[in-house]
Amino acid sequence: MDDLRRTPLYEKHVELGAKVVPFAGWEMPVSYEGILEEHMAVRTHAGMFDVSHMGEVEVEGPGALRFLQLALSNDVAKVQIGGAQYSCLCAEDGGVLDDLFAYRLGGDRYLLVTNSANHEADLAWLGRWSRGEDVAVRDVADRYAMLAVQGPHARAIAAATLGVDLPPRMRVAAVRIGGRPALACGTGYTGEDGVELLIDPEVAPAVWAELLDAGVVPCGLGARDTLRLEACFHLHGQDLTPERNPIEAGLGWCCAEGTGFIGSESIARVRAAGPREKLAPFKIEGDGIPRQGNPVLAAEEEVGVVSSGTFSPSLEIGIGMAYLRPDLAEPGTEVEIDVRGKRRPARVASKPLYGT
Amino acid sequence: MAEATYPDDLRYHDQHDWVRLDGDEHAVFGITWYAQDSLGEVVFYDPPEVGATVDKDSSYAEVESVKAVSDVIAPMSGEVVEVNEALAEAPERINEDPYGEGWLVRVRLTAPGEAEGLLDAGEYRKLLEKG
Repeated sequence: MDDLRRTPLYEKHVELGAKVVPFAGWEMPVSYEGILEEHMAVRTHAGMFDVSHMGEVEVEGPGALRFLQLALSNDVAKVQIGGAQYSCLCAEDGGVLDDLFAYRLGGDRYLLVTNSANHEADLAWLGRWSRGEDVAVRDVADRYAMLAVQGPHARAIAAATLGVDLPPRMRVAAVRIGGRPALACGTGYTGEDGVELLIDPEVAPAVWAELLDAGVVPCGLGARDTLRLEACFHLHGQDLTPERNPIEAGLGWCCAEGTGFIGSESIARVRAAGPREKLAPFKIEGDGIPRQGNPVLAAEEEVGVVSSGTFSPSLEIGIGMAYLRPDLAEPGTEVEIDVRGKRRPARVASKPLYGT
Repeated sequence: MAEATYPDDLRYHDQHDWVRLDGDEHAVFGITWYAQDSLGEVVFYDPPEVGATVDKDSSYAEVESVKAVSDVIAPMSGEVVEVNEALAEAPERINEDPYGEGWLVRVRLTAPGEAEGLLDAGEYRKLLEKG
């Protein structure tokens, strides 16, 4: 455990009696009072997640847009100053190296928020492709603690408690939080309204304490996973991998091949020919909780594999996402999930599995 | 149940199961406070059939939390004579009352002598402390 990293909020998690687990090189809280309770707090009230393990990369310079059009799958030119956009970071063969949000902080200044497990590799990749471009790529992960405040009341409580004007959905604003410069982002990973706050690590414990006093419920990575899966948001490493391309993953909407980004040629070919498998959400009908790696069957034939599975606290059934033969990836299709040797009937559903 | 407890009248298996002996021939099995705490909130209990044979040290049921599934290991051998049907609707009882309403199965023992090899509460606590 010696070489695991701790976020500036680690002591707060311990104080609250969190169950702390190793995650992507960090000691992170998986739950405090219980995953079910925390999940429902976000669905009905407001919860907060310490996601300071996530990485931040600043891309700045006259060539920033040109470089990001090369590195990211989406059409970055569409992002206004103060805007946010979801993208994949793809390899030449179209495989997904990471998925991330890009925030445009200024005319030629962008911030990318990476998955912690991929942060170092992303930096090396971006560094390599930025050679010869008129742009600086900087690791600024140590500059920020990150708090996701999510739920139907999250925005109102955070604005009142922290005394800030929060940007609308898919926007970012420079604000002051805890007396220090900060970024407030109208994004999240739960399927609820809310904000993600990038704040000075030194003031993070005080900000956390203020939100806690205001009734925001501390939530761990366990609830973060059940919430995102109900909302059908991808998790890199499970639903997205370097072996899968964005078209298979249902992320064609964030690939603008016309920009000529790295991997765009491979992705254009897959889009034209149709993917060999498609990611689809499903619900178990009856007992059983699907898990990553479970085979999917139809007519006694193996037709796919579960990439993420869990118990849905909102629906009180097993749910998941699976890579399926494309003809089976239509909502309503009946399949079976082989859960540890037991065949569990399931039905392909539409996105999201919960909510609208 | 928030505080760790290991009642003195039970016997323990090192895979975090308890046994409540009931005469020479019968016993009730369950999982310990430590087991349910490690697992987190139990949302699904997949019991064995009544009449099924259970073998000491082998899996006879599954308990599943939001995050993980766990085999339940039989602390002794026998035949299942009753399963806790209430857990189908209320699996959270395994967390709330692991030694009471959260019991898993009642078994007719085929080798009652196996009880000798189990741990008492003090020995089980020591095992947990060693990690």
